[in-house]
Amino acid sequence: MNELIQQATYAVQQTSSVPFVNVFTVFVLAIFVGYYVVWGVTPALHTPLMAVTNALSGIIVVGAMLQAVTIHGDKITATSILGAVAVLLASINIFGGFAVTERMLDMFKKKKK
Amino acid sequence: MNDFANFLSQNADWAYLIGAILFILTLRGLSSPATAIVGNRYGMVGMALAVVSTFFVAQNPNTAMIISAMIIGAGIGIYRARTVPMTQMPETVAMMHSLVGLSAVLIAIAAVLHAGTYHDKVHRFELFVGCFIGAITFSASVFAYGKLAAKKWAKSMKGAWVKPVQATLALAMLGFGADYFSTESLNSFYAMTVAALVLGYFWIGPIGGGDMPVVVSLLNSFSGWAAAGIGFTLNNSMLIIAGSLVGSSGAILSYIMCRAMNRSLFNVLFGGFGADAGAAVGEQKEKNYKSGSADDAAFMMGNADSVVIVPGYGMAQARAQNAVKELATVLKAKGVTVRYAIHPVAGRMPGHMNVLLAEADVPYEDVKEMDEINTDFPGTDVVLVIGANDVVNPAAKTDPSSPIFGMPILEANKARTVMVIKRSMAVGYAGLDNDLFYLDKTMMVFGDAKKVVEDMVKSLSGGGH
Repeated sequence: MNELIQQATYAVQQTSSVPFVNVFTVFVLAIFVGYYVVWGVTPALHTPLMAVTNALSGIIVVGAMLQAVTIHGDKITATSILGAVAVLLASINIFGGFAVTERMLDMFKKKKK
Repeated sequence: MNDFANFLSQNADWAYLIGAILFILTLRGLSSPATAIVGNRYGMVGMALAVVSTFFVAQNPNTAMIISAMIIGAGIGIYRARTVPMTQMPETVAMMHSLVGLSAVLIAIAAVLHAGTYHDKVHRFELFVGCFIGAITFSASVFAYGKLAAKKWAKSMKGAWVKPVQATLALAMLGFGADYFSTESLNSFYAMTVAALVLGYFWIGPIGGGDMPVVVSLLNSFSGWAAAGIGFTLNNSMLIIAGSLVGSSGAILSYIMCRAMNRSLFNVLFGGFGADAGAAVGEQKEKNYKSGSADDAAFMMGNADSVVIVPGYGMAQARAQNAVKELATVLKAKGVTVRYAIHPVAGRMPGHMNVLLAEADVPYEDVKEMDEINTDFPGTDVVLVIGANDVVNPAAKTDPSSPIFGMPILEANKARTVMVIKRSMAVGYAGLDNDLFYLDKTMMVFGDAKKVVEDMVKSLSGGGH
């Protein structure tokens, strides 16, 4: 087990293109930004917050699109099909999430008049 | 045209940066209802930007396949978003978490099977993490959906056998994951995924309905981490940033929900709440309560100066929010001040009551959070509790032996008169009796919340008294 952890740490340090620490820096800073921004959200809007974060998690569609590709001239492979299904699921979240958030926020806005 | 495509693909990271900033502004906008809609639009623009640039980043994307998948997804998503009743938001949100989880799993498997790509140890580690978080998110959210929608198959699990099963599954998942990491065995990867899926199911299984606000928030957080995990695999900063934003948002919501129940996250996830409550229920005494009709209650409210309405899950269940708004309108016409008091864990998800009241056209200014209104209860003539129980239980303040002792409550017991609409004298989710119901100044009104409130409206507007 110890050896595995060592291997993992070593491997993580040896990323091919971008040094792992760069990606990890982005990750940690984004968590801090999220922390401060979300504490500013008014409790009355916590349900719209969950709905809109659902839409934002739909960003995973980017990852799905990178798999729904032609590989060595093959349009249809296990990878591309799985990728396309993931695109479909993520799109439900993106469109559904933003649309339902919009609908809820409209209800809150009406009273502002 | 080709030059332009090249330009875009080389500068996609800039587009991702703009997208990430727009996502941050989306969350920032939610600090007030006035700015929230603009924020939501920023989010849409950011997403569109990210999706369009990805077409240029991907190597030979199957554009037709991707676009048709998106159109189908958009159709399903928008249809559901337009038609879902606000009372069903908790289960809808849970369902959406599960979709993110499942996408993460599919992407991870697709990446593992991706011909001609070599996965070094870093990638294998990241694939493992992204996949297992996604798998747990998926199955746990499906189970949470079942519980929230009160489906028959989503029965709570009870018994001593649950914890060993959870532990075994967790160990199996880690073991297969470690094997995949060192040997790159596909079968181990699949086995790991299956173990994670089953683990998610058994993890949420024992958690009760009243703890759902915590569970839903936590799965919200998980769906973000799953996206971030996939971002690491693909070295994509947009995914990592968006995932972390969502992840920390869900984590903060979970914390707020736990604080509002005075419990630790660990206690919600691994401690059986029903178990400690059992003892407290044991020494039940015969206690007297007063009950009255909707007409009596309406008469008293009509003659009051101020009324505070405390809604709970029972209002959502009975879909009584429109009737409640009617009641408030009639009372206001008689010169009564009407406000609403919202406990953070009222309902089945954070902010559940606020959305229901907003749907019924209740003015935003009339809806008060716990901290804003608690000091006003002593000067309030009538508190009308609709389908709430534990959040107004004075034992949380006065009885150190109570399982909910220390939980912040709405101090309805300090008002001059309390009226409680309830279907029967049955206990709340925590299995606790509520002393509020037996106070001299309390009147119980039994029946379906919607029916009772409608009767109150009729009685007030008919002027029968």
